[in-house]
Amino acid sequence: MEVYLDNAATTRVSEKATEIVEKVMRDDYGNPSSKHIKGFDAEQYIKKSAKIIADSLKVQPKELIFTSGGTESNNMALSGAAFSKMRSGKRIISTCFEHASVYSPLLALKDFGFDIDFAPVDELGHVKIDELLKLIDDNTTLISVMYVNNEVGAVQDIAAISKAVKEKKQDIIFHVDAIQAYGKYRINPKKEGIDLLSVSGHKIHAPKGSGFLYVDEKIKLRPLIFGGGQQKNRRSGTENVPAIAGLGEAVREAYEDFDKKIEHIYALKEHFLKRIGEVPGTHVNAIGENVRDTAPHIVSISFDKIKAEVLLHALEDKHVYVSSGSACSSNHPGISSTLQAINVRKDLLDSTLRFSFSRYTTVDEIDYCIDVLKELVPIYSKFTRR
Amino acid sequence: MNYKAFLIKYAEIGIKGKNRYVFEDALCDRIAEKLKKVAEGFTVVREQGRLKVNCPDVYDYDEAINQMKKIFGVWEICPAYVIEDASWDNLAQKVGDYVEERYGNTPHTFKVEARRSDKSYPIQSPQICSDMGGVILDRFPAFKVDVHKPEITFYVEIRNFAYVYSESVKGLGGMPVGANGHAMLLLSGGIDSPVAGYMVSKRGVTIDAVYFHAPPYTSERAKQKVVDLAKLISVYTGPIKLHVVNFTDIQLAIIDKCPRDELTIIMRRYMMRIAEHFAYKNNCQALITGESIGQVASQTPQSLVATNAVCTLPVYRPVIAFDKQDIVDIAEKINTYETSIQPYEDCCTIFVAKHPVTKPYLHIIERSEKKLIGTIEELVEKAINDVEIIEVTED
Repeated sequence: MEVYLDNAATTRVSEKATEIVEKVMRDDYGNPSSKHIKGFDAEQYIKKSAKIIADSLKVQPKELIFTSGGTESNNMALSGAAFSKMRSGKRIISTCFEHASVYSPLLALKDFGFDIDFAPVDELGHVKIDELLKLIDDNTTLISVMYVNNEVGAVQDIAAISKAVKEKKQDIIFHVDAIQAYGKYRINPKKEGIDLLSVSGHKIHAPKGSGFLYVDEKIKLRPLIFGGGQQKNRRSGTENVPAIAGLGEAVREAYEDFDKKIEHIYALKEHFLKRIGEVPGTHVNAIGENVRDTAPHIVSISFDKIKAEVLLHALEDKHVYVSSGSACSSNHPGISSTLQAINVRKDLLDSTLRFSFSRYTTVDEIDYCIDVLKELVPIYSKFTRR
Repeated sequence: MNYKAFLIKYAEIGIKGKNRYVFEDALCDRIAEKLKKVAEGFTVVREQGRLKVNCPDVYDYDEAINQMKKIFGVWEICPAYVIEDASWDNLAQKVGDYVEERYGNTPHTFKVEARRSDKSYPIQSPQICSDMGGVILDRFPAFKVDVHKPEITFYVEIRNFAYVYSESVKGLGGMPVGANGHAMLLLSGGIDSPVAGYMVSKRGVTIDAVYFHAPPYTSERAKQKVVDLAKLISVYTGPIKLHVVNFTDIQLAIIDKCPRDELTIIMRRYMMRIAEHFAYKNNCQALITGESIGQVASQTPQSLVATNAVCTLPVYRPVIAFDKQDIVDIAEKINTYETSIQPYEDCCTIFVAKHPVTKPYLHIIERSEKKLIGTIEELVEKAINDVEIIEVTED
């Protein structure tokens, strides 16, 4: 049995998305900027995807910019907003809990004289709103908060944070990294006070290289990429039509029978959590009284006396695929700042695995994973470093 | 100008006696193999004290030079102008044409050196030098003779044809692979062992390799890194038979039964034993390691006594007295450094004790190892039987 429990890293592209990607590549391969019918046909795919996505967020299609994925969306949002507002101030606030694709562009902005600060989170991974508000001053132009944390699945009350922030300073641009949230939550940027929202396609069964940034129509961003003026000059470069078409289809599927799909994933998580206790020496991270206050698809487990990478490869040998830390940063061994931020015990920082599910995951697969863990953990906790 | 021939000067082969042909043939083969990647139609022939490469009409000159610069045994590569009719008048005309084409009539100081392998040629070498100097001076008034520090030296060699050349590209030196036996390299993912393999191979030794991996403690990527390193040195050494040995169970048995501070030493003794098994199996005359005195606890002179004691074959340790930076310099030169520093854990470091022994006594290590009797034999046999062999060749 092959059990893929690394869906927070990336997902299998759905059948329907694959079909439409192939159709665009084979048949409707025109450049959407071309004036002839081939160009027109290609453009229709983009319009259709934009409409589907806009409907899912209850926003207008013109408020979407297609990108190459989450990292580009985050970069575009942060650099774009920072530079377009730099005359009114150069202070930006985020949390100590962000993905590298938020953290790194913010650090890069420091080189241009921006002042960056990070608000702390509590043990369940919730931003301490009071502390966040204290960091806001007159020069603050931009705030960036992650919707669902990629390592532990903690969920922020985005509407509450946005409301508090805007009460303190009304003209702040509020960016949300929703890369692990979109497709798992019904997000309504207008109601939740979100000005910028980053999304990645490959986390929701669309192809890699797809994604978008929602930009409220009132916000002007300085572009990252200049060129032929595509996407109303906001992101030049010939649109990746196959990926955009696949993304639209994947979004349509994700929000079709939405409650049923999410219920299935929560049921998997609850089953997993019920059984993980059978494995000796395990600790569940960042889940409080109610599992459903956390994201449906992510579980973070720490294991006594086993190095995460060893267990990961032992699981791999049994064809169970999981992550240590987040896959994006696995090539740079280091201790997860997220786990430190939520006060995971020091000796467990390097002993934590992330299991992440999708709507394709089955209960049998979870059972297999737990059974394998029950077999492997006693073996590998026997031999430890000194 | 695309040269029709290269004269290849070789390094130490020239001093060999009756078995010189073995070395020359090996070098001919290595050159032919490399040039095949550049274009079809190169031929390599032996000529008194030189090799001659005949070039096809169309080929990429820079790429040809680049390939020949990766062949052990090549001392100098001289792109040469071939003059088939070596009669004096024609020779004088063609040498002049060569000078014109290469240098025009811009001011240079020069001298001519001549070599007459064809002793039936009517003019003797010193005479050729001075007469040819005169020819050049007549035709290129801007040129001046300087026999002590000339800017250009024109070499004229009279063989069955005549050759003229004035430039040479330095080769790697050493001896052609295949000329000097066969050795088994203990290849880890680090910086030192690929360099050690390169250095021994440079003396003409054919190389195969053993890598010990320890899944799940080491990852698929760590193994791929070693395959990549083998690929990189195979550019110089030729194809490498890489033996991938699963070492996990042996390692765990040692952890289970032996003192932790002796773990690395005992592990390395088993690695040597297993490597030697494959060395004998492949008719090798030696093992090669990247050990360097004092670099880590297992490479102190005392530790080397302990690991060396299990070997019956000689162990070549070419970087034994090198500073780390000197090894890094070579790794950078042979393009393995970038790959070596990829951060994947190898099986030597994962269970390493905080304070491993640095001055082990052989008899104490041997006593500790006795505790493995009864379990280890079967594990070693299994590791040997389950070996995965990867035939690594350059891309």
